[in-house]
Amino acid sequence: MIAITDIISPVLVARGAFWLMVTITLTGALLAVVPRNIVHNILGLALAMFGITGIYLYLGSQFVAMMQLLIYVGAICMTYIFAIMLSPPLELELPKRRKAKVITAFFVSLVTFIVMAQMILSYKWAPVTSLSRDWSIETIGQQLLTRYFLVFELISLLLAIAIIGAIMIAGLVRRKN
Amino acid sequence: MNITQLPFIKEIYGFLGHDLVAAVIGILIILVFVPLNSAFLVWVERKVAGHIQLRPGPMEVGPHGILQTLIDAVKLMSKEMITPKLADKFLFWLAPIVIIIPAIVCFVVIPFSPLMQVREMNVGILLIFSFSSLTVLSILMAGWASNNKYALIGAVRAVAQNVAYEIPLLLSTMSIIIMTNSFKMSEITAAQSPVWFIVYQPVAAIIFFISTTAETNRAPFDLVEAESELVSGFHTEYTGMRFALFFLAEYTNMFIAASMGAVLFFGGWHGPFFPGLIWFVVKVYALIFVIIWVRWTFPRLRFDQLMNFAWKVMIPVALLNLMITAIVLKAL
Repeated sequence: MIAITDIISPVLVARGAFWLMVTITLTGALLAVVPRNIVHNILGLALAMFGITGIYLYLGSQFVAMMQLLIYVGAICMTYIFAIMLSPPLELELPKRRKAKVITAFFVSLVTFIVMAQMILSYKWAPVTSLSRDWSIETIGQQLLTRYFLVFELISLLLAIAIIGAIMIAGLVRRKN
Repeated sequence: MNITQLPFIKEIYGFLGHDLVAAVIGILIILVFVPLNSAFLVWVERKVAGHIQLRPGPMEVGPHGILQTLIDAVKLMSKEMITPKLADKFLFWLAPIVIIIPAIVCFVVIPFSPLMQVREMNVGILLIFSFSSLTVLSILMAGWASNNKYALIGAVRAVAQNVAYEIPLLLSTMSIIIMTNSFKMSEITAAQSPVWFIVYQPVAAIIFFISTTAETNRAPFDLVEAESELVSGFHTEYTGMRFALFFLAEYTNMFIAASMGAVLFFGGWHGPFFPGLIWFVVKVYALIFVIIWVRWTFPRLRFDQLMNFAWKVMIPVALLNLMITAIVLKAL
């Protein structure tokens, strides 16, 4: 009997899937930065998030993948769209791109990229053939509320501060008008 | 590192090796079922609307007009697809495609009967939620790309409404999830074998029903396409088959919402005497009938009422319900 692995090589499928996801993510990321049209930027960002969902699926974490889709595409991109609704309409003349700003932005992202690449490369990645632990939803929940409890709470505090800040700014602007 | 040992690869090959035939048949059934179901539901909607307003509804094509929507679909397919001159051409073309894909993907995890489910997934319920959140993205694309005031206002309303109603929807579902400890559709169904969850969770069921009505943009929450003020909202500029795709997506989303309601609160395929499939379909269409009934009975809400209701009533009640559920489960 011919096994399916003889017809289509698993290595090829794995490589193909990985590069497909990477291409989607990077295309989305470029679309999120380069075009001048702000709605295209948001949709590019959504595409990048979709690509990252694919990478999580590739790594075998369905739960994190679904959360990525639900939170980043479903909620965060939507919040950005809210912000866009408050921005000036597109028919008006766009503010010109300042060279100094572009160069600074490029420089900052280059430094961040180098630091992160250095971090990733300096770690000795050991080859793993099976998962070190059962990474089910239960484990994630347990870890979040025991080992990473402080981080978890700090992040919620940060979000709460951000929300209060946003309300304050909106309130101040309204009072001025 | 041996790349072939990835869980994802194992899954794909397991899928291709053993379940390929089942998968192909399942996908074919879905692709045939989605348009037929929409055609049927459009007919049901027109018939129910007619009878509520004391008129017969469509009567000409076929017995009691049952073939009317098929004829309408043929007409839509042969119509010209017009793209407005100032529209964003690519996004205008993309939006109807993006809206139909999540609607079809969600069918993969719906358990029609103990055997009839295309794929059992550990994250079944979450899959439906996360893919249906893509619908808003496509509504925004359509509304913005049309370059039309009515379309844009419709799209903006859709975003605000969906952000508001997704929270109580998820919270009401979570109270079921903590009762069953599982995201699997089949396990949630199995947990309701003697008593349906609507008995334990009536508040969650009501919140779920209201939120899904809002999420699928149905009356009294249909400000997104309010005919009397916005022509037809985000799909004002769409014609022919593209318009048909939006229609298809609306009715398919309704079916998915109703089947989630049936799985979460009405015991899925459980029922005496008849096979599971019949029970499931009966429950789903009964829920859809209620949604249609509500549409033709209640007037449309004003937008500020809609948002106030979501943030000041639905979310607090849903949170309270979730908390009480957790406390009761812990105490027992």
